Amino acid sequence: MPPPQDERPPRAGRRFVPGPAALVPILAVVLAFLAGSVLILLTGFATVGHLDLLLPVTAYLALLQGAGITTDPAQATNGLVNTVVQAAPLVLGGLSVGLAFKAGLFNIGAQGQFLMGALAAAGTGAAVAGWPGPLAILAAILAGCIAGAAWGFIPGALKAFTGAHEVVTTIMLNTIAASVVGWLVTGPLLATGFSFDRTGDLGNATLPILFGTRNLHLGVLASVLAVPVIWFLLWRLTLGFEIRTVGANPSAARYAGMRPAFLIVFTMSLAGLLAGLAGSMEILGITHFMNASYGTSVGFDSITVALLGRAHPVGIVLAALLFGALRAGAGLMQIKTHIPVEIVDVIQAIVLLFIAADVIVRFVFRVRTGHGGLAELQTVTKSYGEGAVR
Amino acid sequence: MEGLANGLYGIPVLGVVFQLVGYLVAVIPEPTVSHQIIFLATPLILGALCGIMNERSGVVNIGIEGMMLSSAFAAFVAAGLANEALGGTPWGAFGITVPLLIGVVAGVINGVLVSTLHAWLSITIRADQIISGTIINIAAVGATGYLHRIIITPNPHLGGGIFSAWTVPDAITSIPVVGWLVSAFLGQGPIAMSALFLMLLLQVMLFRSRWGLRTRAVGEHPKAAETVGIDVIRLRYRNVVLGGVFAGLAGAFLTLESQASFQLNMTAGRGFIALAAVIIGRWTPVGAFGAALLFSAATALQVAIGVNPPTGQLGSVLGAIPSQLFGALPYIVTIIVLAGFIGRSVAPAADGQPYAKEVRS
Repeated sequence: MPPPQDERPPRAGRRFVPGPAALVPILAVVLAFLAGSVLILLTGFATVGHLDLLLPVTAYLALLQGAGITTDPAQATNGLVNTVVQAAPLVLGGLSVGLAFKAGLFNIGAQGQFLMGALAAAGTGAAVAGWPGPLAILAAILAGCIAGAAWGFIPGALKAFTGAHEVVTTIMLNTIAASVVGWLVTGPLLATGFSFDRTGDLGNATLPILFGTRNLHLGVLASVLAVPVIWFLLWRLTLGFEIRTVGANPSAARYAGMRPAFLIVFTMSLAGLLAGLAGSMEILGITHFMNASYGTSVGFDSITVALLGRAHPVGIVLAALLFGALRAGAGLMQIKTHIPVEIVDVIQAIVLLFIAADVIVRFVFRVRTGHGGLAELQTVTKSYGEGAVR
Repeated sequence: MEGLANGLYGIPVLGVVFQLVGYLVAVIPEPTVSHQIIFLATPLILGALCGIMNERSGVVNIGIEGMMLSSAFAAFVAAGLANEALGGTPWGAFGITVPLLIGVVAGVINGVLVSTLHAWLSITIRADQIISGTIINIAAVGATGYLHRIIITPNPHLGGGIFSAWTVPDAITSIPVVGWLVSAFLGQGPIAMSALFLMLLLQVMLFRSRWGLRTRAVGEHPKAAETVGIDVIRLRYRNVVLGGVFAGLAGAFLTLESQASFQLNMTAGRGFIALAAVIIGRWTPVGAFGAALLFSAATALQVAIGVNPPTGQLGSVLGAIPSQLFGALPYIVTIIVLAGFIGRSVAPAADGQPYAKEVRS
């Protein structure tokens, strides 16, 4: 039952007092955690049988502890390192999705690009395992970047030249990537001498671990470096200006003499490269091989990170750290309170819901400023039913 | 050109294509294969009907996958719990039991609830419709994963049984020429059969009824529809919510008719293929059904090769394709067809555009 619409002016005409861009995302996260605590209460009631009002507090404290927010120095170091290591691929994935948003494209395909990058890095890394260290690492990373960029180039070219919308094609390419992983890992890239199907050892292509920690690998540096690079591209280069113009208004960009077809292909390829880089870092730095059923949540998480970070590099870093902390701390929470780690996925969906439905956030917190959504999304959805962009 | 191909691959390409066509003509009337094609197409066509209901009235829905997944879970858990509480003796055709019916109803209710959320997000508060669908997909994976851990993992024997297919009498199967085709359509479970019926019904309703004309008007030009007195917001709401019924049925099919269990992410992209079927079928139920058949035939090819292995050069070509890539075949077909078709396939003009009445300022 729709509420009466007659008195409401159209959205674009409503007067907004300009407010800090981060307001709605932050409040959305706060509200999502409140909603999550209701879910924890209900879960506790369902599993234990009585209502434990302190359970959400215990659970969230365990989550924070696991993420490194604690007074015990050893646990804090360990947790913070885990948070950073979990956040690193989300920064790259978030930049991948966010960069595409800036060009008015929705890259749901970060998942597939990540997988292809990981696969190429695992295969190349195993092949060049005997090379000198820096050379082997460079070759494996390069292979991952190229594979990811290729997996982003396909939907970009399809959109630019045939009009097939990237939302559908990237989703298809995600599934195809998973099939390609299953095929290559059990076939051409299969290593002998292991009890299960996997790629070979990386040897010298393994990324070094920093500062004597357990898992803080050199690849984290790539995430740190990518942030200013993408910021510089978007806001200091002509190319970035053109990308943002295409995202804001493709017709205006075309009339101004820019080339939307080229910009779309370029942006999708670069987005794929970023996701592929994330995949190769994950393989070379953490798992060190690829098995046939390799799965990851980076694809979906990246979409959340990009939307929560409002497609801005700084916002993406903050959002990635938040979800890195959630992923890092969820294990300890499950051990201590028996709340399944999957609650992170649920909270993630609630965060997205509140960002999209920013009216809820503004209503609950009585604020009048700030948007939840991205302006470029209109370009994404508008192009859904349209044809080629040339 | 062909000489080059010969030199490169040592296989006459054109010859293999002819052999493939001949093989398909021979193998599709095979009872197991033709039955499998309709069976696999069922969740796709139901999902596509959901998409058509949405997009014909101007609302993009990429959340079909999430609607199907959550409905599959709801149907499975409801049927399982009802089975524990009531038990079930099958009566009549299709092995229908009370728990199974409760499961179907739960799946449909879940579909309706999720699509009400989609309607509220995309119509009332005019959030971005593609984001709304993405939220539904992410939320479905998260929520079913979470609840799976709480409900199904501690009760591994939970289950509500499964619908059985109708046994087609020999009199129909043995009809010359078309017997295999008729029995492929009739030898299905209740949800698959009703899917075919619903597809035809929606086709007629959409193009031959007042509701259909209004729906198409709202999807093409909401302002014009408003000026002749159609309540755009209300019609969009009704259609999006009703579309959830189809997605709910598709989910119930997966856990109550296709198999009697729930696995994480068991929709495995079927909702997205359904979305592609909508586009390739040019937003018509019959067209989407054709596209769904194309996709399910691509999947069933693997079954066909098991039943009746092709011989000669075709056999060696198909045998060289790794089995994992056969699984990706529907998705590859989707991309190729989308890239080739999109120029001639035009979405409803107002698809994806939120609608707000104009007011005097």
